[in-house]
Amino acid sequence: MTTATDSTHTDDHHDDEHHEHHIPPGIKRWLYTTNHKDIGTLYLWFAFIMFLIGGAMAMVIRAELFQPGLQIVDPHFFNQMTTVHGLIMVFGAVMPAFTGLANWLIPMMIGAPDMALPRMNNWSFWILPFAFLILLSSLFMEGGGPAFGWTFYAPLSTTYSNDGTALFVFAVHIMGASSIMGAINVIVTIFNMRAPGMTWMKMPLFVWTWLITAFLLIAVMPVLAGAVTMVLTDKFFGTSFFDAAGGGDPVMFQHIFWFFGHPEVYIMILPAFGIISQIIPTFARKPLFGYASMVYATASIALLSFIVWAHHMFTTGMPVAAELFFMFATMLISVPTGVKVFNWVATMWRGSMTFEVPMLFAIAFIVLFTIGGLSGLMLAIVPVDFQYHDTYFVVAHFHYVLVTGAIFSIMAAVYYWLPKWTGKMFHIGLAKWHFWCSLISVNVLFFPMHFVGLAGMPRRIPDYALQFADFNKWISIGGFAFGLSQLIFLVLLVKACKKQGDPVSNQVWEGAEGLEWEIPSPAPYHSFETPPVVK
Amino acid sequence: MKRILFKAVTMLTALMTAPVFADTSDHIEQYQLNMTKGVTDISAGVYDMHMLMFIICVVIGAGVFIAMFISMYFHRKSRGAKPANFHESVKVEIAWTVIPFVILVVMAVPAMNLLIDMEDASEPDITVLVTGSQWKWHYKYMDNDVEYYSKMATQAGQISGKLPKGENYLLEVDRPLVIPTGQKVRFLVTSDDVIHSWWVPDFAVKQDANPGFINDAWTMVNDPGVYRGQCAELCGKDHGFMPIVVIAKEPAEYDKWISEQQAVQQQAKAEEQRLLAMNMTMDEAMEIGEKVYNANCAACHMPNGEGLPGVFPALKGSQIATADQPKHIDIMLNGVTGTAMQSYAKQLTMSEIAAVVTYERNAWGNNTGDLVQAKDINSALNGQ
Repeated sequence: MTTATDSTHTDDHHDDEHHEHHIPPGIKRWLYTTNHKDIGTLYLWFAFIMFLIGGAMAMVIRAELFQPGLQIVDPHFFNQMTTVHGLIMVFGAVMPAFTGLANWLIPMMIGAPDMALPRMNNWSFWILPFAFLILLSSLFMEGGGPAFGWTFYAPLSTTYSNDGTALFVFAVHIMGASSIMGAINVIVTIFNMRAPGMTWMKMPLFVWTWLITAFLLIAVMPVLAGAVTMVLTDKFFGTSFFDAAGGGDPVMFQHIFWFFGHPEVYIMILPAFGIISQIIPTFARKPLFGYASMVYATASIALLSFIVWAHHMFTTGMPVAAELFFMFATMLISVPTGVKVFNWVATMWRGSMTFEVPMLFAIAFIVLFTIGGLSGLMLAIVPVDFQYHDTYFVVAHFHYVLVTGAIFSIMAAVYYWLPKWTGKMFHIGLAKWHFWCSLISVNVLFFPMHFVGLAGMPRRIPDYALQFADFNKWISIGGFAFGLSQLIFLVLLVKACKKQGDPVSNQVWEGAEGLEWEIPSPAPYHSFETPPVVK
Repeated sequence: MKRILFKAVTMLTALMTAPVFADTSDHIEQYQLNMTKGVTDISAGVYDMHMLMFIICVVIGAGVFIAMFISMYFHRKSRGAKPANFHESVKVEIAWTVIPFVILVVMAVPAMNLLIDMEDASEPDITVLVTGSQWKWHYKYMDNDVEYYSKMATQAGQISGKLPKGENYLLEVDRPLVIPTGQKVRFLVTSDDVIHSWWVPDFAVKQDANPGFINDAWTMVNDPGVYRGQCAELCGKDHGFMPIVVIAKEPAEYDKWISEQQAVQQQAKAEEQRLLAMNMTMDEAMEIGEKVYNANCAACHMPNGEGLPGVFPALKGSQIATADQPKHIDIMLNGVTGTAMQSYAKQLTMSEIAAVVTYERNAWGNNTGDLVQAKDINSALNGQ
């Protein structure tokens, strides 16, 4: 805050240079940085590297499943791959990418110079690489890494796991601490650092959705920490939280895990809703339809997310009354989610649309996320869930909402704001290749999973019966193609970071509105040293 | 242009699918797209509910996408579209909150009725206790004195690719569960170690097997036949190799089968007592022991006895398998609490345990020369 009051400069460009002098050179800049943009960049690159590592594991999985029989890996290693793929993609790719976007964008969007707690910001990023170093190193130790699925159901993760479980537990603790710090920072920033006139109902939807997400994070990450701690003590210190022989209950683990896990699902999608709500109006050249209802829908989804957790557990033998309650509550979530989709379509309706790369990703998001959402509605119906549960139908569902949902929204966001970050337009040709290759391959990859799931293929198996062979081959081909398509993105990002490309205007996109489009491109080191006034 | 594309796609398809078709039999329906209707009234109800949901979802999805694509086509800047300025309508918002809610009620009512039917396992004709353990199923007929383990029958060579894969690759077991048609069969489902899930798609029965707790499920099969399923909950290394096969027989045939089984199992118990008096030679013990080992122990301790370091201990050169014989027998009979090592007292006969202990003490260079007999096992059992 002192920077804002000390500064008497009005020329943004001059400010920019003035502050560049204080940046230490080389690696120290990144280690010591307290700047929201530097930390945002670190988060985004970290997430992308994790995306590639987790993706490489998915390639191992798909290579093994290319044809029936065991060809490449043994089943124990296969289980490690599915487990660590899930953990890395959830905690290493999607969540840090959203935190990176929050760091970059929230101060610019609300007219603040930086995040409210810059040193904690530095700390919350720099503990992350260590968490994943610990997790990944366990793969190389005797007995291997975690092999019990990213959901680590007890007692497979307690009595029946290897000693590497301790490393998994500590890694998750560190990831949780990082997320909580990131969330606190977002909340404090939004509550205290909005520019004059930036009232609650004027905040961009990305800021709104992140604010709600941050509250979800603070509510549930401690629950996850509790779950892993109980796993740790059950395994190493003789407690019996999840062991019936000592008076515990393995199903209680699932209740605790999913009480974290379901809000976690929305943690990974609410910021995506925010991103799409920023992009669609820009390229439709028309204000977002139903802004207020979007805010209320986001809040309703967040509240409902606390009372639906047991829909992941319909086959565990719950009483009928509980199954009915969780079925009805889950079905209710489709109402606010539907409102969001309808609002986006209404925003596009009678707009004046152009289809730049961020818009392409955003439209793909709406279509493919809706498919994932509708299969989610099918999964909510308990009697049919008995057939869907733990099959590839579920795998298809959550990859549609996570890959073509969360990940596509992140890519849309990167393409949308990248010119603002670098000051240069990215390579549009490569970006279009990236979009179309990803779009086609991702559907070859995930759509047939619905079919093999309905035909009866369980998830998390390294080998399968012969009737699933042909679809699995197509799924693997789609998988390899999707993996390769991301290398196009890598090339594009490296070019962008080298500041190649044509310079862009402040507004970058013709229809873009919001504070971040009023400052120069590239955005100055401290976005707003004197707070702008929002009318 | 279209034709060339079509040709290219069909050729590509042919190329891609050729190698897999070569080793799959003609009986297998490839590219099954949808859920099975199954063979019970419940599974048919589940299928209908699934289709109802599917059709409603397709209609909703199609509506949304058509609206989107109309606006993408007509309201694009390149066609000279000028943006309208509306951005709010309380009426519309209420409409698209209330209408989906009504659709949800339409879905929820039949789903609720179906669920209540599915969960009513009362008044069964017969009851089977289904117990999962790593990585096999145990079936116990509660109304008869019959129980047995059911393990995957697919040979290791088929999995590793040394042998051609059979028609029911990974979906075949040594001893299937047999149930009568037209009778209400209740399953009590539990586990000896981790959580498993007993799933037969044709019955629409999927029930988690939780260690220390008993769940129930039921079915009433209409048509005689062979029905196959798999464990549906990740249960460790060989989760993918834990199939379920159920044979449904006409009640008369079932009665004949169950009384035969009862007689066979009683005879086997008598035989086991008789065998106590007999001694195996080293060669006999090693031969039987190797078979028993490969069927029961090799999944974890590996065929070469080296285990998986850090996960499953090696038997080759281990202190217990080379020196401490009483401990070795004790572990076979009682398992090791807090580990994946199960108790084999119920799973194997005494002579089989004797043979496998002998095998483990003499294979892979563990040349102790120890020969364990069934009576040694019997005295270890009774000595406790």
